[in-house]
Amino acid sequence: MSDNSHLLEIKDIHKAFGGVQALCDIDFDLEKDAITGLIGPNGAGKTTLFNVITGVFPADRGEIRLAGQSVNNRAVHERVELGIARTFQNVELFENMTVLENILVGLHTRTRCGMIDSILKFPRIRREEKQARKRAAELLEFVDLADYAPRRSSDLPFGWQRLVEVARAMAAAPRLLLLDEPAAGLNMSETRRLGDLIHQIRDQGITILLVEHDMSLTMSISDKIVVLDQGRKIAEDTPRAVQSDEAVMAAYLGKAQH
Amino acid sequence: MNDKANKIAYAVFALAVILLGWQVDNEYYLQLMIFIGLNTLLALSLNMLMGYAGQISLGHAAFYGIGAYVTAILTTTYQVAPLLALPAAVGTAMLVAWFVGIPTLRLSGYYLGMGTLGFGMIVHIVFREWSSLTGGASGFVGIPPLEIGPVVFASGKNYFFLVWSVVMLCLIMCRRIIDSRVGRALRSIHDGEKAAAAVGVDTKKLKLQVFVLSAGMAALAGFLYAHLVYFISPGTFSFVASIRIVTMVVIGGMASIWGALLGASLLTLLPEWLHAFSEFEMVVYGLILMSVMIFLPRGLTRGVLDVYERYRKSHER
Amino acid sequence: MQEILQYLFSGLTNGAIYAVIALGFSMLYSSTELINFAHGEFVMLGSLCMVTLAANLGFPLIPAFFLSICAVAAAGLLFERLAIRPVRHPEPIVLIIITVGASIFLRGVGMLIWGKNAHSMPPFSQHPPLDVAGARLLVQSIWILVIVAALTAALQMFYRRTLTGKAMTACAVSKKAAWIVGIPTKWMVLLAFGLSTGMGAVAGAIIAPITMSSYDMGTMLGLKGFCAAMLGGLGSLWGAILGGFLLGILEALGVGFISSGLKDATAFVLLLLVLYVRPQGIIGAGEVKRF
Repeated sequence: MSDNSHLLEIKDIHKAFGGVQALCDIDFDLEKDAITGLIGPNGAGKTTLFNVITGVFPADRGEIRLAGQSVNNRAVHERVELGIARTFQNVELFENMTVLENILVGLHTRTRCGMIDSILKFPRIRREEKQARKRAAELLEFVDLADYAPRRSSDLPFGWQRLVEVARAMAAAPRLLLLDEPAAGLNMSETRRLGDLIHQIRDQGITILLVEHDMSLTMSISDKIVVLDQGRKIAEDTPRAVQSDEAVMAAYLGKAQH
Repeated sequence: MNDKANKIAYAVFALAVILLGWQVDNEYYLQLMIFIGLNTLLALSLNMLMGYAGQISLGHAAFYGIGAYVTAILTTTYQVAPLLALPAAVGTAMLVAWFVGIPTLRLSGYYLGMGTLGFGMIVHIVFREWSSLTGGASGFVGIPPLEIGPVVFASGKNYFFLVWSVVMLCLIMCRRIIDSRVGRALRSIHDGEKAAAAVGVDTKKLKLQVFVLSAGMAALAGFLYAHLVYFISPGTFSFVASIRIVTMVVIGGMASIWGALLGASLLTLLPEWLHAFSEFEMVVYGLILMSVMIFLPRGLTRGVLDVYERYRKSHER
Repeated sequence: MQEILQYLFSGLTNGAIYAVIALGFSMLYSSTELINFAHGEFVMLGSLCMVTLAANLGFPLIPAFFLSICAVAAAGLLFERLAIRPVRHPEPIVLIIITVGASIFLRGVGMLIWGKNAHSMPPFSQHPPLDVAGARLLVQSIWILVIVAALTAALQMFYRRTLTGKAMTACAVSKKAAWIVGIPTKWMVLLAFGLSTGMGAVAGAIIAPITMSSYDMGTMLGLKGFCAAMLGGLGSLWGAILGGFLLGILEALGVGFISSGLKDATAFVLLLLVLYVRPQGIIGAGEVKRF
């Protein structure tokens, strides 16, 4: 039985690497059409949790459910097809491809053309390709980089590469978008623009889980904050409440002596 | 490259082929050009796998050999019509590629290179040792010429046009794949397998598909080779042959369709020119290989462009 | 029983050779992440140098042995300086082709110097073969095993006891970190090339008396040594030794009980099995690449 307002349910996730318990008993839900901020000190297990949600490696225990369906047995690319898209902490664009081509690869799960189709070039394949290019152009318009479509993606400044990556993730028409430190390496005005962009994405009906070190950004755009520390969830509340939470303060500022 | 330039390039290329085939009567030159065609097929097939999808294969000659031996055995030992042997030859290679690909393509980098190398060696040893079927080390004699309906492809000219039509078709086929959704996904695997999976590309399936396609094209070249020379022996499909194909791809330029043609032409012609060096042939060949890789690691097509670019920039200042 | 023992002797002998070749591959890989496809050609050079010095020019064995090794190691150093160091983007595929080019080049050089004929030399000592429980054991085999054991011990000492050896281990673990703490990594790479090719020369020199040496002997030896290195675990000293002997013995048993035609296939079937089942090799510890 799952509550309809919860898009993603993270149930009792455990993950250990060798002897290190990276995630322990992680349990929370993502509200539909909400922005959830995931914060915590370095090594708290945020990226590990991302990798478990997207299927890069399986959890040792626990379950990930998307819209009530378990995705535990799905491979990474299948989860994308089901609606989980992500960006990477260090921006992983396809650097030998143009900006436009990057977005087109992002549309992979929303297009059908196979090996044989591509050789025979049926009319429906031409139509599909045309539509894909149109959609890609729209997405570039959305992140305001339409003019750079034919440029090699690695030639773009870092901040713009992040935007291309966001557009690429959006191309998969996700229901859930995971953003891994999208503001890292951005300057103040870029960060502000990113905040607006994230709001706009949410308004399109996409649920967002955000890992971010920039606290002012996270606190200002998130509807809910989840705090991890050393692989455990130590708080889950509104931004305001989390900011005054003692356990959170202790985790960030060092534990007070008991 | 945009669509128009592409079409012009194909038209020029087709014209050049027709002109050459029409004007050249010297058997030796025709033969040489036929071999360039076969090598272009091989280089193109490997380029799909290595240049675009970024998966090294050091055993590609195995598929070339499978194509040649399957048609040799079927048409000679079992008297099957060559036209029927063609799908069998290509199909066998693709089937083998599928079986071998599943465990092998999980590897990457050097390990993948080694896996394909081992596979190539084993196939080569099978050709050499299974004498009752393959004629063993001394080779397989008496392969019939290719007949399609009333046309016998025996003379140099006939075969020239046959091979180069096939090359043309394969070039167009590869170009179409590369420019499509599938091609983009392939290139994304090359740039970053993790990121490719994260945008929804089924990397495992796609790598297997391109491996199978590549094997099929190599087998097609093998089929044409067998019916061209009527005699095949294991030496043609050895480790050295596999490396030669890799070299064609890399020297021509990875991830470049025309690079495959260039690399194949150079590596077919080079030994012919090097005959002039007689005893020094191997030394010079080795030196050329090394120098190209040291000074133009991105292959000749891109390498020459890079050098030109640098020259222009240094003169602009 | 007697038959098995005979196969075992020949397997041990070949295995020792494969082990030394594998060691060369492995130590070069662990410190440079490079697989030298010309390694077999250095074995060839070692073998032919040994034949020329000892049999043709009449040098005593010991100077001939060390001179051959030094000459080949010098060639290895030159190879690194001239063909490997200038490479700006050392990607695997580029290095593979350069080393393959080098192997063709060296084969060509071998052919120019020694011609196309095969050469041979007498064993290191003139004893009749020993009779061990009915099986024949060549004295040269004992020589080979002793030299390989000594070499392994020396290497072990080098890596464990000397500062240079430890620095090389550091390079193998992380080149960057080694560079930061002040280890001259460029020299280490050069040294690794010298040691690795020198090791190839040792393998060549000790088999010279029991095989026919010719300019094209290196390719197969190199590939098999490579299989042995993978078998034991690329980058591991004991793995290379174990892989070499395992390959030698299985190959000999294969020849004895299955078919001599498939002798060469053994190595590659094993290679594929290892790659599919346990790519890090029998001893290799996953991602850890060190001696």
